[in-house]
Amino acid sequence: MQKRSLALAALLILSSCAGHQQSVVDPAGPQADRIAALWWFFFWLLVAIFIIVMAFAVWTLTRPNRGLEQEPLEARHRPSEQKETQLRRIVTGATVLTIIILFVLLVFSVGTGKAVSELGNKNNGLAIEVTGNQWWWQVQYLNSDPSQVLVDANEIHIPVGRPVLIRLRSNDVIHSFWVPNLHGKRDLIPSRVTTEWIEADKPGVYRGQCAEFCGLQHAHMILYVIAEPEAKFKAWFQHALQPAAAPSTPITQRGQQVFLNNACVYCHQIQGTTASGQNGPNLTHFGSRRGIAANTLPNTPGNLGGWILDPQTVKPGNHMATIAVNSQDLQPLIDYLESLK
Amino acid sequence: MKPAQDVLPNVPTCEQDIADLERVWRHPRGIGGWLSYTTHQAIGMRYIVTAFVFLLAGGIEALLMRTQLALPNNTFLGPDRYNEIFTTHGTTMMFLFAVPMMEGFGIYLVPLMLGTRNVAFPRLNAFGYWMYLAGALFLYWGVFTNAAPDMGWFAYTPLSGPQFTPGKRADYWAQMITFTEVSAMCVAAELIATIFKQRAPRMSLNRIPLYVWAMLIQSFMVLFAMPAVMIASSFILSDRTVATHFVNPAEGGDPLLYQHVFWFFGHPEVYIIFIPALGFVSAIVSAHTRREVFGYTAMVLSQIANGFIAFGLWVHHMFATGLPQIGEAYFTASSLMIAITSGVQIFCWIATLWTGRPRFTTALHFVYGFIAIFVLGGMTGVMLASVPLDLQVHDTFFVVAHFHYVLIGGAVFPLMGAFYHWFPKMTGRLMDEFIGKLNFWVLFIGFNLTFFPMHILGLKGMPRRIYTYPPEAGWGPLNHLATIGAFILAIGGAIFLANVFWSRKYGRIAGNNPWDADSLEWAAASPPANYNFEYLPAATSRSPLWVPPEDRTFVTGLRNDRREVLVTTLMDAEPHHRYVLPPPSIWPFLTAVAVTIGFAGSVFNAWYVTWGSILTGICLIGWFWPRRPLELEP
Repeated sequence: MQKRSLALAALLILSSCAGHQQSVVDPAGPQADRIAALWWFFFWLLVAIFIIVMAFAVWTLTRPNRGLEQEPLEARHRPSEQKETQLRRIVTGATVLTIIILFVLLVFSVGTGKAVSELGNKNNGLAIEVTGNQWWWQVQYLNSDPSQVLVDANEIHIPVGRPVLIRLRSNDVIHSFWVPNLHGKRDLIPSRVTTEWIEADKPGVYRGQCAEFCGLQHAHMILYVIAEPEAKFKAWFQHALQPAAAPSTPITQRGQQVFLNNACVYCHQIQGTTASGQNGPNLTHFGSRRGIAANTLPNTPGNLGGWILDPQTVKPGNHMATIAVNSQDLQPLIDYLESLK
Repeated sequence: MKPAQDVLPNVPTCEQDIADLERVWRHPRGIGGWLSYTTHQAIGMRYIVTAFVFLLAGGIEALLMRTQLALPNNTFLGPDRYNEIFTTHGTTMMFLFAVPMMEGFGIYLVPLMLGTRNVAFPRLNAFGYWMYLAGALFLYWGVFTNAAPDMGWFAYTPLSGPQFTPGKRADYWAQMITFTEVSAMCVAAELIATIFKQRAPRMSLNRIPLYVWAMLIQSFMVLFAMPAVMIASSFILSDRTVATHFVNPAEGGDPLLYQHVFWFFGHPEVYIIFIPALGFVSAIVSAHTRREVFGYTAMVLSQIANGFIAFGLWVHHMFATGLPQIGEAYFTASSLMIAITSGVQIFCWIATLWTGRPRFTTALHFVYGFIAIFVLGGMTGVMLASVPLDLQVHDTFFVVAHFHYVLIGGAVFPLMGAFYHWFPKMTGRLMDEFIGKLNFWVLFIGFNLTFFPMHILGLKGMPRRIYTYPPEAGWGPLNHLATIGAFILAIGGAIFLANVFWSRKYGRIAGNNPWDADSLEWAAASPPANYNFEYLPAATSRSPLWVPPEDRTFVTGLRNDRREVLVTTLMDAEPHHRYVLPPPSIWPFLTAVAVTIGFAGSVFNAWYVTWGSILTGICLIGWFWPRRPLELEP
């Protein structure tokens, strides 16, 4: 038992060194940091209690074993009155100690909860609305100036050191937004709006994944939070606000025609073209994204080709229509989409 | 009428009395007769065997899931099949294995421990079993016709609503709830009545065995919790079949309403499963250390407190939905309180082991395994009560690890101990101790190997209920380890089954009281006769069988030519009057068939509610057809 707890600690430490993977104990923002501190407080205290309780339990194993044989009735064991009183004191003491420890844990827990919820109350906050869909995330950067509103999908870019208010909505079923390195979960509930403040201390790419079972492809509803220094974020944002660049080579021009002449346009929008569907992810800057199909696959031309030709094999049950793209059209289409940087 | 009269224990056994009892309590013959059994041993054993079959089914489902998750991007199961299997696994384990198994043991043991002959409502008891069986078969009918539920065992709306789960999958699930909860309510009602009114003379409230207290508390919890889940599942069912708008947000319903109602049941459900298991632990500990469990009053009060607090902490399943701060603090505090009441019990057992004269049997091995696993599960439970920590690990494999630690550690390990402890009472033969200890170690190692890595997986961000994960997530090795552990657990299960079958045939003959235990069930024959006791025992102390034989007393004066039991008063169990139980009857079975037609049909066509009600009414007329007193005598 004790060995296992130590092994856990060792494994946790190992995992916290592993870097970019998602982890509760590798915080990258003040919210996750506070929670991780609380975690370690709970962890060490409870490990100590566990070891003590186990020590008492194991100690009882040293009592002589009376074996399987039947005993005369007189052998019924009744400890002396003195012993019982002593036991009563010990058990009462242990119970009182339990109550005190739990009270301490309660105070720390509520204190941390309050502190975490107040971390976002700063003036320079950024507001991003995340809308859950089966099985992808729509990301909308809110602004009172409509020209500064940006719609993106499956990736959230945030500036380092600035609190970000995430407004959460759902278009279909309940999902849950969770980027463990930054903060705990918040559910996306249809007919409601929920919120969560996140903030990143250091630049990095933080993986998150839907945490509330949402149907067939719950496993493939992944998002990345990309934290960048303020200047880099601003540059990215201004670039992302631009409509898609017109295709510059003959092959990408042909790819654009393939896109616009197929059913793609019913669901996907590419700003700067006539494609303005709203059911699927916005593809205006598709080429700069890290993954496709809500980060089911890395964004490579080969994966994209496979996804377009047969989305149901890559992500069974997803809502993207299978479109018959003939072999001459496929490569231009891939090249065009990948050119949307 | 003259109440019972105490006599010396060595009262000569009267051949005529036994012959009468054998005749009156004999099971009816033939298939129709088999469907009419109403003795508590038969019904209890049916529950236990059926629930064990579903434990095996749930176990096979678990192995399929673990096989799929053993490797990243595995294609052993597709998402649809995986979702069906994990939902069916959870549903089976909660509704078709854990609760019915605990109820089966309760039905079997409680009347024996109380020194009476049957439960208070034997026909209701039979009806409850048939309803459980019908609900279980109904769900598995769906499983084998490609309509296994696939929206998770708590079936959150709107995912389980008509828009996102078309077909009949969610309907099978929701209606199965109705079946099994009717069954649970029947058991709860009859156990409460039995415990309150049929205790052995002088078994005052402060002499009730701790296991019986546990069943009493569990039964009250069932009465208050099960209606909530029936309402929740009816929300889903009526939203789906007759287009009501309770919990469907597309129609203005509220998905959070469903969660509140469901978890108002869902959290007590966990205690409904593990409070009886704590009763097993108390019985095993006192028998195998040969001393009364230390702190009887503290044990009883903490179990009662557990039962109350259980209804005040359901919201900790919903912290991620966003709560006001004050609500968070309240539900954190109430969740932490469970650690106090559970802690008191753990301390008392350790104190008992510490000062008793332990006999390290297999049953006691399982108690030690229980303490280790359950305390660890309790520690993670304390973490989950904290809102900030819960927000991080909620709905991850950390939670999967936690609830398997408290449910397998807190309920299944004591249950295994209970099998080893009471198997001789139920079959007349002891289970093999060597195989038993082997069985314990394989299960203990397999369990920890399966579920301990899941804590770390959760902290590394692995959500529950995902059918696969990419290699770069870094969850592969620990999942692989967990899968190996799951197969070791399965081997442990196979060893147990082998031991059961071997011991049933070749085990050592047990005798009435192989463990020198203290409670009244060990005064009956092994296996008990249908009438349990020739002369009903009285409880002259909290440990009636540790009283010297010359001080034990028995009841005479009951009529043996009909199924008669002694009714005693609520507080002090003074003999009050004699009560005649009805003879066996086929009507409970027929009523269950009628209700099944109504319930099962209504999933497909609302008119079946009407047809089912008419049939049920007819059957109830048969069930309650007035009998002339003479007919009570077979």
